[in-house]
Amino acid sequence: MSEQIQTATQIAWNVRNGVTKATDVVEAHLAQIDAREGEVHAFNLVLADEARARAAEIDDMVTVGRDPGLLAGVPVALKDNMCTRGVPTTCSSKILDGWKPPYDATVVTRLAEAGAVTIGKTNLDEFAMGSSTENSAFGPTYNPRDLSRVPGGSSGGSAAAVAAEFAPVSLGSDTGGSIRQPAALCGVVGVKPTYGSVSRLGLIAFGSSLDQIGPFAHTVADAALTLEAISGHDAGDSTSIQQGPLDLTRQLEFGVAGLRIGRITDLPEGASPDVQERLEVAFDTLRSAGAEIVDVEVPAFGYGLTAYYLIAPAEASSNLARFDGVRFGHRVDAADTNSMYMATRTDGFGAEVKRRIMLGTYALSAGYYDAYYGRAQKVRRLIANDFAAAYAKADVLLTPASPTVAFEVGDKSSDPLAMYLCDTYTIPSNLTGDPGMSVPFGTGEHGLPVGVQILAPALKDPVMFQAAHVLEQHMQHEGGAS
Amino acid sequence: MTSPEPTRITPEAVAKVASLARLTLTDDELHQATDELGAMLDHFADIDALDLDDVEPMMQPTPLANVMRDDVVGVMLDRDEVLAAAPVAEDGRFRVPPIIGLDD
Repeated sequence: MSEQIQTATQIAWNVRNGVTKATDVVEAHLAQIDAREGEVHAFNLVLADEARARAAEIDDMVTVGRDPGLLAGVPVALKDNMCTRGVPTTCSSKILDGWKPPYDATVVTRLAEAGAVTIGKTNLDEFAMGSSTENSAFGPTYNPRDLSRVPGGSSGGSAAAVAAEFAPVSLGSDTGGSIRQPAALCGVVGVKPTYGSVSRLGLIAFGSSLDQIGPFAHTVADAALTLEAISGHDAGDSTSIQQGPLDLTRQLEFGVAGLRIGRITDLPEGASPDVQERLEVAFDTLRSAGAEIVDVEVPAFGYGLTAYYLIAPAEASSNLARFDGVRFGHRVDAADTNSMYMATRTDGFGAEVKRRIMLGTYALSAGYYDAYYGRAQKVRRLIANDFAAAYAKADVLLTPASPTVAFEVGDKSSDPLAMYLCDTYTIPSNLTGDPGMSVPFGTGEHGLPVGVQILAPALKDPVMFQAAHVLEQHMQHEGGAS
Repeated sequence: MTSPEPTRITPEAVAKVASLARLTLTDDELHQATDELGAMLDHFADIDALDLDDVEPMMQPTPLANVMRDDVVGVMLDRDEVLAAAPVAEDGRFRVPPIIGLDD
């Protein structure tokens, strides 16, 4: 890995054509993990032996003339809230410590069918609740670009694993920005596709109407390739969209000529000047490439935070009721079942998870339901209506992915509200179900990565990728400097 | 994060919520949670002024219809594997402490 980053696209081509051995690819990445994992802590679990064995199987397939698939021999890191049969899956929570799921998530099955090699399970904010990967029962992950800073969250381990070159691609989950914000902070591509385009079967639920799995990668093409491998209808997920895999790779080169790129004139303030400056360069870049920049308004954008922090905890309080010490993981013994539930949950959940369970329970409780959860659902509709109106004028919208570059470890960990504000720009597309992605676009303060967020209407993921590809090509010509 | 007189939520309400959520809080945790939840609910008051009377609530993003399938047995999880992942299992079942003796 020393000379140049090998992309998933290159690895898969080389392995499929017998140019490179999957076993060599895996060894190179395990060596990189040996070199840097001690300081980054991207993983809850590295699956070195399993990855070696799987890579050998892939090589055997190639030897006998069988095609292992789109992601042949590509090491992939999985966020540790995706079920892997017989392999510990913790959600970075004490309450699931040591639990081995009896089945694979659909994305895990699809990656295996595409010839990918799972190299480890990555750290996250406990149950995906957080924006810094500091809320983990197993300790924080550090940003590979600057170890004094957070990688973002909640999929911080998956973002860091790609940034540190432990794997060319990884999977995360995004409930309010948990893929796009860490992607921005770590300087990698991160995609939240259209809600329902990737199966949630086997993703341990946080907010079921918001959760969506998506990829991290160094390149837009690698993210597209990975998304093609994992997307498409799954009968095991009742919210799965009835259509085949997303068709992305073929359209990457279509460019943005004639596309209308929306600038949200009433976007909530809060982005720092360095982030704002890069966003302006992104608009200029797309204009130069033939796009038209149009002004749009999304008046309800700023209410997203409130709607989200009532709806997501409400759904979480219901989803996390299943962790009661009966069927999975951790139990604290007590004289009767109710005392056992209380003791197990009190001991097993961390502070932020308890905070959100209580907030959600309150928002749903008798007497407060209409005032909080009910109103939040109506605000959700307002936001969706505003975005629909904006998309009548623009094909895609551009915003910052994160208000700032990566902040220092400990900076926001004692102030939940300050942490929640990290998600200001990413939250609305979870509420609407529309796709969004963060593309690394140069650097800001302290030379740290800045991500530009591209938003698109539901099922227009390919158009979003076209714009992302143009921004990426611009950065390659800039030579990575800003 | 400290608001001396939380207006939106009281310690008694937080204690009730914790009990509903099957969580036990120490006195310190109860007061900290009251302050934190109070500050959040104050922040969330930004939607109070919106006129939402004629707005339909949105439950989830996609227009969903019921999904039906034939009522046939599909691939099931392996019972032993499921039970092996439980804290305590016995005779092919999950084992729990006595249920009688619930105190609320």
